[in-house]
Amino acid sequence: MLTKRIIPCLDVDSHGRTVKGVQFQGLRDVGDPLEMALRYQEQGADELLFLDISASHEGRETMVSLVERLSEVLMIPFTVGGGISSLQQVLRLLSAGADKVSVNTAAVQSPSLISEIADACGRQCCVLAIDARFWKRTDRPVWQVLTRGGRTETSMDAFLWASQAVELGAGEILLTSWDRDGTRSGFDLELNRYFSDNLSVPVIASGGAAGPQSFVEVFAEGNADAALAASIFHDGEYSISQLKDVLHNAGIAVRVL
Amino acid sequence: MNSSASSLLQVIDYGGGNLGSVCRCLNRLKIPYQLVGAEEQPALSDQLPVLLPGVGSFSGLMEKLAQRNLLEPLQSLLKAGVPYLGICVGLQILFEVSEESPGVAGLSILPGPVQKLKASKVPQIGWNYIEPCQMESPSGYVYFVNSYVAHPAEPQVLWYTAEYEQRFCAAIRHQNITAVQFHPEKSGVFGHQMVLDWWQSVC
Repeated sequence: MLTKRIIPCLDVDSHGRTVKGVQFQGLRDVGDPLEMALRYQEQGADELLFLDISASHEGRETMVSLVERLSEVLMIPFTVGGGISSLQQVLRLLSAGADKVSVNTAAVQSPSLISEIADACGRQCCVLAIDARFWKRTDRPVWQVLTRGGRTETSMDAFLWASQAVELGAGEILLTSWDRDGTRSGFDLELNRYFSDNLSVPVIASGGAAGPQSFVEVFAEGNADAALAASIFHDGEYSISQLKDVLHNAGIAVRVL
Repeated sequence: MNSSASSLLQVIDYGGGNLGSVCRCLNRLKIPYQLVGAEEQPALSDQLPVLLPGVGSFSGLMEKLAQRNLLEPLQSLLKAGVPYLGICVGLQILFEVSEESPGVAGLSILPGPVQKLKASKVPQIGWNYIEPCQMESPSGYVYFVNSYVAHPAEPQVLWYTAEYEQRFCAAIRHQNITAVQFHPEKSGVFGHQMVLDWWQSVC
């Protein structure tokens, strides 16, 4: 049967280094993305996500050259995102060797970007990233879309946006809980379950990863198809193979090496 | 086919998306290859093994092969016993028809249709466990991205199956033809080993 995927996320700065945000202290260098990617691949990561957090011209160039080097050595799929706003950028990243791209703010501003990518490259290449924050409870729970890395509020219902994006051609939804992101208090199970049960494409849960048990929960109760995390892997609290052992023992189907 | 002539793999450049990934996989495995079929490239030869990496739609791949005048040479070398490895849509077009592209004929080397996956989430995206139908093949996890699957009319061509709310054809192997629905080039060490094993069996 199809297994649940574990996806480490690497935030890459304009110098081509992996960084992580530290509260009130800005960014800390945590390593070389190529070395980290190889380590995660070795440990059994199912895919990798690289985010250009600089959203600058320099950062875009750095990312293209990193993607070229990654594609030589990675034997698993990888996605690239962060500041992607045109089909031209997408084509450049895919031809450099990325398997998929993720789009976020630019797709909110111009939803046709999703159909342009899907038409030109296939929907399997197009991941829509949504930053969602709890909004209100009507006859169902409603989450609000945030853009620009959580800095800008919109009046969009995140679930309706995801549904529209799937119709436009998004092949997967990368769903980040803005209520949980960075808290290490576990994934938002209600959010993930609502999206996963009501969408016809895979949902990648993000935001709130804590101990291995939080992954068991997001798969068993949140019905997510994949789960993404950064710091817990970068900090080496546990390896991906240790995490997968826990998942396997809990009866969750995962790829074990 | 003599062994010196077959020590080079022909990769059909049909202008599709995963060509680069497949070439990088061959580089990692140190399998010597040349791209064939596009302008200013060698023509498809019936003296060398052939790899067709296919992504996109059934009709899209058939059209691109037709535009490059590759359909007839491909069909005749498949029938002549030239070793062939097809990936993804490179498996599907071996069959007669596909629900994805009504009215478009496939290469019709193998009898049977290609049909849409009946599952709650389509496309299937991710790692699935494949189990061999033929002796002495290892089972393992491989990476799939597909909305359609082949339904071979002759079950003896099945090489691997997997489960996605239904059991489906994950790979076929019949005489000179090997084809996989998944992406070995993205399937870690296990997928790379499959490509290498195939190459060593034909070169």
